[in-house]
Amino acid sequence: MLLGPSLAVSAVLFALGVAGVLLRRNAIVIFMCVELMLNAVNLTFVALAQQLGVAGQIFVFFVMAVAAAEAGVGLAIMLAIYRHRQTVNLQNINLLRG
Amino acid sequence: MPESPLSLLWVVPALPLLGFVVNGALALARPGAKRAVSIAGVGTLALAFGASALAVTELARLHATSPLVVSYWEWLPVRDLQVAFALQLDPLSAVMLLVVTGVGALIHVFSVGYMHDDPGYARYFAYLNLFVFFMLILVLGANFPVMFVGWEGVGLCSYLLIGFWFNEKINADAGKKAFIVNRIGDFGFLVAMFLIFTRFGSLDFETVFAKAPAVLPPGSGIAAAITLFLFLGCTGKSAQIPLYTWLPDAMQGPTPVSALIHAATMVTAGVYLVARCAVLFALSPVGSATVAGIGALTALFSATIALKQWDIKRVLAYSTVSQLGYMFVGVGSGAYAAGIFHLTTHAFFKALLFLGSGSVIHAVHRAYHATHSHEDAQDMRNMGGLARHLPWTATLMWIATLAIAGIPPLAGFFSKDEILGAAFAEGAVRPVWYTFWAMGLAAALLTAFYMTRLMLYTFHGPNRTGERERAYLHEAPPVMTVPLVVLGGLTVLGGALNLPPLVGGGSFLEHWLEPVTAAAQRIRPAVEVAHTTEWALVAGAVLIAVLGIAAAFRVLKPEALVPAHVAPPETGLARVLWKKWYVDELYDAVIVRPVMWVSREVLWKIVDVGLVDGLLVNGTATASRFVGWVGSRLQTGEVGVYVALFVIGVLAVVGAAVR
Repeated sequence: MLLGPSLAVSAVLFALGVAGVLLRRNAIVIFMCVELMLNAVNLTFVALAQQLGVAGQIFVFFVMAVAAAEAGVGLAIMLAIYRHRQTVNLQNINLLRG
Repeated sequence: MPESPLSLLWVVPALPLLGFVVNGALALARPGAKRAVSIAGVGTLALAFGASALAVTELARLHATSPLVVSYWEWLPVRDLQVAFALQLDPLSAVMLLVVTGVGALIHVFSVGYMHDDPGYARYFAYLNLFVFFMLILVLGANFPVMFVGWEGVGLCSYLLIGFWFNEKINADAGKKAFIVNRIGDFGFLVAMFLIFTRFGSLDFETVFAKAPAVLPPGSGIAAAITLFLFLGCTGKSAQIPLYTWLPDAMQGPTPVSALIHAATMVTAGVYLVARCAVLFALSPVGSATVAGIGALTALFSATIALKQWDIKRVLAYSTVSQLGYMFVGVGSGAYAAGIFHLTTHAFFKALLFLGSGSVIHAVHRAYHATHSHEDAQDMRNMGGLARHLPWTATLMWIATLAIAGIPPLAGFFSKDEILGAAFAEGAVRPVWYTFWAMGLAAALLTAFYMTRLMLYTFHGPNRTGERERAYLHEAPPVMTVPLVVLGGLTVLGGALNLPPLVGGGSFLEHWLEPVTAAAQRIRPAVEVAHTTEWALVAGAVLIAVLGIAAAFRVLKPEALVPAHVAPPETGLARVLWKKWYVDELYDAVIVRPVMWVSREVLWKIVDVGLVDGLLVNGTATASRFVGWVGSRLQTGEVGVYVALFVIGVLAVVGAAVR
């Protein structure tokens, strides 16, 4: 069983995703990092399903479906923002500043 | 208790309350309905007097040795504190009941004439009825709290009636002064009640007085504390030193109010309280000595002030303070019956004097009103020679003057003499009482002098009202003179209530009050003096009175007086007396001004503006705004910051969960 290495990989992937979200400015890249985190979680689900039952594998499909929907909506919002402001750099998008 | 006609005792106070409700409604709805107001106001009082007379007859028939207590409902049932709304009838409250309703009814009748043209007629009678209601609660209450309700209620009505013509500031101020000064006394009453409750576990008169000799060691500190705090309450209500200053100012109210509240009934509540708590005072020699000493001092002190007052009502006001002092000398000397006797006779002759002065003021005021003059209708310098115009009033007021001076066989002679005799007799046991007796005697001399002065300046000599006004001076209508005549009759015959054995009388009042005073007399037996001494005292008192009157006739020259607006200012000692020994100025400088200064400079500018407004009200707002500012700084609008915070938060939560 490769549970330990699988979880280690997923942890690394998740950390990469978090770091990307925190450090990058480009909305598309941040978006991709979010997907990376989701997939890291998927990997843990699948790995743990070996021991804890099939529910984890089923849950992965839900996550994929939500991720697909999210991608659709998110990319559409980003297109709208780009049309409006000619950039997707999040440092320039701070309309909600208090 | 078995069903007795006396369980209907509640009817007596309820009647004036009904009058108050009816008149209050009329005052709001139809202030012009004067006939209805007169019927409701006077009628309820007359009925109350009838009911009181019936109740007292019943009491006399029962020959009860203990008070008849009628408990109507549980009022304050709080664990150990069980206070019932209970009324009690005993010989002492019976006397007060008859005085309050009897004299009260006469003064109500007088008011019909005196206040007839006043726009506040209905309001006046509503207040007056309410006053009688509270006064009856005060004298009928069977425990301290019920009595205190009456005590406060009469203070309220006094305030309302002193400031009756409230659109003049001086009247409203006088009302406030009376109210605030009385608060000081009420504080004493309350503290005394607390002390009594902690010691006795009860506030019912019967329980407290029955247990008193066992609970309070004679001459102990706690007995002194209770009696002194009670007496502080009395000094407020009964206008004794140091709280007497409100009573002369209370003369700003309508004159019948002065007669009823500030001479005959309310101000005697303190005397009643001391007589009621006779057992407690008998247990505390310090308390008794204070009562008698303050009484004697007040009697003498205010008599000196009365010598130089020009306002006819102020003379009577200081005279009232002085006579109340006498009553306190009486009850402080253990002569409770004598104190109550003087209370009763004083109610007769002082009500007569006040109503007489009301009749005079009424006449002079109408004369000035007719000629649109703005002279002072109460200043004796604007009177003089009124005996020709007001023969009835003059005659009756002379009777009252002789009575208050102590000329036999008028009522005042017997009561005053008994008090002085009791003080002298007490002196044999405790010599300090000789001082009180001497002060009382000196006050009697001054009383005879200033009352004769009042009569001379008001009714004799040339008239100084004014040439044009003289034609308008008339005697009052019968509705005002008839009560005067009745009171005059009582003044002449009132002494018969308690004729001393010395002149072959049976001391009726003293025997009547025996069930109430017996317990106190057992603790503190009355001191007897020899008959010859008694005769000497009587002769001395009469001599003093005659001397005072004769001196006034010799010294005073009504012909030499000039009207108030051309009178020269007073000088020397006369000025000091006219200025009332500057006591008001002293209180103003020592108490009123510092309190006002602290209120303005500390309580207002520091505590209110700084602490309450600055720190609490605005401080809360500033703190909220600061927190809001911090929160708004977090809203950078940059997703990166939000994410970073989010991650920190998640790490914190996960960290906490893992541990």
